[in-house]
Amino acid sequence: MSRTFLGLPRTLRRPDDAGAVDEPFGAVPHPQEPLRWGDAFPAAAKQTLKNDQLRRNLGHATQVIRTKRAAVVGEVPDWEALRDAGSAVKQQVMAQLPDLLQQLEEQVTARGGVVHWARDAAEANRIVADIAKAKGADEVVKVKSMATQEIGLNEALADEGIAAIETDLAELIVQLADDMPSHILVPAIHRNRSEIRDIFLARMGDAPPDLSDVPRELAMAARAHLRRKFLSAKVAVSGANFAVADTGTLAVVESEGNGRMCLTLPETLVTVMGIEKLVPTFDDLEVFLQLLPRSSTGERMNPYTSLWTGVTPGDGPQEFHLVLLDNGRTDVLADEVGRAALHCIRCSACLNVCPVYERVGGHAYGSVYPGPIGAILTPQLTASTGGVSGHHDPNASLPYASTLCGACYEVCPVKIDIPSILVDLRAREVDADRSKHGVDPWKTAMKAASWVMADGDRFALAGRAATLGSGLGGRDHAISVAPPPASAWTRSRDLPAPPRQTFRQWWAAEHETSPVETVETDGPTSEEDDR
Amino acid sequence: MRIALAATCLADTLFPGAPRATVRLLERLGHEVVFPTDQACCGQMHVNTGYYREAVPVIRNHVETFAPVADGEWDAVVMPSGSCTGSVRHQQAMVCRRAGLDDLAATAEAVSAKTYELSELLVDVLGLTDVGAWFPHRVTYHPTCHSLRMLHVGDKPLRLLRAVEAIDLVELPAADSCCGFGGTFALKNADTSAAMLEDKTANVRGTGAEVLTAGDMSCLMHIGGGLSRQGTGIHALHLAEVLASTRTDPTPMPATTFSRPERSERTEATR
Amino acid sequence: MSEARTEVLARVRAALGQTGSGTTPSGRVGAPPHPEPVPREYRAAGEHAVGSPEVLEQLVDRLVDYKAHVHQVAADALPATIATLVADLSEPDGGMARPGSDRSVRVVVPAGLDDAWLATLPAEVDVVRDSREDPTAATDLDAVAAVVTAARVAISETGTIVLDGEPDQGRRAISLVPDVHLCVVRAEQAVQTVPEAVRLLGAHPERPQTWISGPSATSDIELDRVEGVHGPRTLHVLLVGATP
Repeated sequence: MSRTFLGLPRTLRRPDDAGAVDEPFGAVPHPQEPLRWGDAFPAAAKQTLKNDQLRRNLGHATQVIRTKRAAVVGEVPDWEALRDAGSAVKQQVMAQLPDLLQQLEEQVTARGGVVHWARDAAEANRIVADIAKAKGADEVVKVKSMATQEIGLNEALADEGIAAIETDLAELIVQLADDMPSHILVPAIHRNRSEIRDIFLARMGDAPPDLSDVPRELAMAARAHLRRKFLSAKVAVSGANFAVADTGTLAVVESEGNGRMCLTLPETLVTVMGIEKLVPTFDDLEVFLQLLPRSSTGERMNPYTSLWTGVTPGDGPQEFHLVLLDNGRTDVLADEVGRAALHCIRCSACLNVCPVYERVGGHAYGSVYPGPIGAILTPQLTASTGGVSGHHDPNASLPYASTLCGACYEVCPVKIDIPSILVDLRAREVDADRSKHGVDPWKTAMKAASWVMADGDRFALAGRAATLGSGLGGRDHAISVAPPPASAWTRSRDLPAPPRQTFRQWWAAEHETSPVETVETDGPTSEEDDR
Repeated sequence: MRIALAATCLADTLFPGAPRATVRLLERLGHEVVFPTDQACCGQMHVNTGYYREAVPVIRNHVETFAPVADGEWDAVVMPSGSCTGSVRHQQAMVCRRAGLDDLAATAEAVSAKTYELSELLVDVLGLTDVGAWFPHRVTYHPTCHSLRMLHVGDKPLRLLRAVEAIDLVELPAADSCCGFGGTFALKNADTSAAMLEDKTANVRGTGAEVLTAGDMSCLMHIGGGLSRQGTGIHALHLAEVLASTRTDPTPMPATTFSRPERSERTEATR
Repeated sequence: MSEARTEVLARVRAALGQTGSGTTPSGRVGAPPHPEPVPREYRAAGEHAVGSPEVLEQLVDRLVDYKAHVHQVAADALPATIATLVADLSEPDGGMARPGSDRSVRVVVPAGLDDAWLATLPAEVDVVRDSREDPTAATDLDAVAAVVTAARVAISETGTIVLDGEPDQGRRAISLVPDVHLCVVRAEQAVQTVPEAVRLLGAHPERPQTWISGPSATSDIELDRVEGVHGPRTLHVLLVGATP
């Protein structure tokens, strides 16, 4: 099976095709694998870095959200205690996952819901499509959901003749543009207001012809466009932010009210949820409903949170299906270090503070999960098909898409130590490569460096050898051209010429009693050659 | 105090000005500095690149070299680098345990408990903020990521700098944003790294500072390399080089971006 | 389906190091986790008492900050305040009267709402009483100008009001489709913190809950916050029993 996207955009059924024009807005056509598309990270990033508009849009948006988050987190006196609790609750969830999943199933079933299990994306998509077909629905309204992005539900439903209508404003923008999301929370973060106006005018069908690029007007156009869909839809599809094992309660956290519309008005609701999204008890919500809104939208509380338990006679959908999705999660769970990635509550705070994400944008990560969390989640979710260690798998490049600056860990509401997991995934790849033949220049260099750096004498010798280059770089002692791999450095930066004397040579001369070490910068002595 | 210096492999080999200034500063403050010559590297590069197995002998060498601090032979180990101190504190024991070397891991933890980054040593251990320095230049400070977020040194370096006589300390905009170095990241993701560096150097240039300082030579090598390429004439000096400077023994402003200290006079004498 | 269930659970067990249950898709058997006990050092309650002036002041501040309209009213003035707000809906500037409705206004209320609250509504107001047994169609709700409900609990720190679907709050649809929501909160329903509210709501977790913090909003365009999208664009909170 090919791991790379073949390059042909799939034809998608859009809610209102009338008036659609052909010019593409989307830089990214829909991939066959939502968790693996495009080039490896360095090459993909090189492309997106060329897009100045994207960088400006992202720079502005991430700056705004970072400031808002910092302000509302700063006003919570027990924020760190909440993070500690959130982290520990999630550890407990993972440890007790088999029991909690069965408890959830029992509770949902007892309250009139139907629970389905899906091993992979195809199985989950099949379940949803069959439910929609059984209801005679040729369109479903959708609440923004990462799980359904991950499984490519919209495309799968389209293949079955069912139109999936995204109702979150940003998802609608992405869908109308035939684009891919570039952020977990704000999927259209790479678009600015005038681009969005152009997309609406060209693709929405019923957009007012005099539509301006004022965000309020754009939002009102979306409201008008979607209202009749909400009022007529028979089936809705959602994800879940949390599922409470001991009560069977599901929670969706949102802002616009599109979620409430989908969760309330249609007769049938299908919720697709990763098996890791559990909390053990209803009271645990008191932790996460504080952590999530402040971390994600930078609000004290998001405008709307809906909680429902099975079916409530006479109120809301009278048929409720819950699809519990694995799709690689158990592979993540199997890694002692990497399993913490499953603690993620999809707030996207790590994206907003990441200096790499801010420059390259979400599409460079080639997955619906971009940014720091994506860099640890995507390779692990695709581990069974080479995501962590596949030599030519673009996902194997993701753990290196970080400077390990630690900004992500600092803001993570459930304290996922993303830098440590990134490093650990690198180690997994290195270890997987050990059995492979062939010359890897990195491996060779690392082995050689290990030998040199494991011994003070050998290291001293290497340092002495380096001082031989102290005359390099000319008058300003700056090396500006170098052979690979140092050429990657010298493309944008100078490298200082080595010093006249290493520190330890200076130390020996200054602090050690006779015989003072003779320092040669003209070449190794014969004594040194023996070593 | 008797303080053992872990010079760091990078500074030992490429930037001796930083550890030399560390020695000068601590000796001026009345402390005895020792340099265990068996030292080489803390293992950070190997660990961060995923080469845990290759990191083990490097870590073993570091831990065994500095093990005497755990027995009280020295009072502390100082590392003039936030990221190396971070690696000692957060990675060495983990890697040893992974390799099944529990005893080595325990020694690593004992050593790390007495290992300090320079500003930590000065402020937390020695209780100083004014080290009697004099540095009559416009300076801006880049708080390196690992100092800030792994060690949580907070404003300790800034408190030390603010107390320097005659210094003109200017705030660096977006100071806490990573410079894009990230070890091998700068090579493996050179384009992204360069984009981050571009923003960092623009902010440094905007301050009008003569000197950029930081607690980590690796980040300084990166930002300074960019400043050098751009022909800015801004110097990149380690925090120790600023703090070591006094009226009677000023740190000279280098002719190039980085310090290129002279050879020891004693070396010359013996040649 | 049961086959998938069995296999997913077996994979989970394998991932957690319970050998003998198979492997994960990539063929792994994980190590058993050692979770730390959950530290609950966070505040279980605020420093201010339920319904205290401090809590009410904070609630008002946070509601207003998120663009809700707050009216602090004495209990006996509540019907008149509701009447005034509903009357305002028929004003041209209110913009909520339906075309051809000749300035008459339809308001939906849950069947269990206190009738006294509606005692002084203007004569031209058409009140629709909705219940689970006699639900109003969504398309009809779309032609309603406003909804009046009670609430279960309010949280001052976050400016949140929670409805739990009881007879005085009604079905979820009625507080969603109309464009204006008049929500009555009694002072003694206001708690300071989220945990206090969750404990209270946890007594009946099976009830459908809607947590509302200001009118609907989006930040999807350049992270610029726009209030009023699909849910009610106007939220009036009538805070009863608070001394302004």
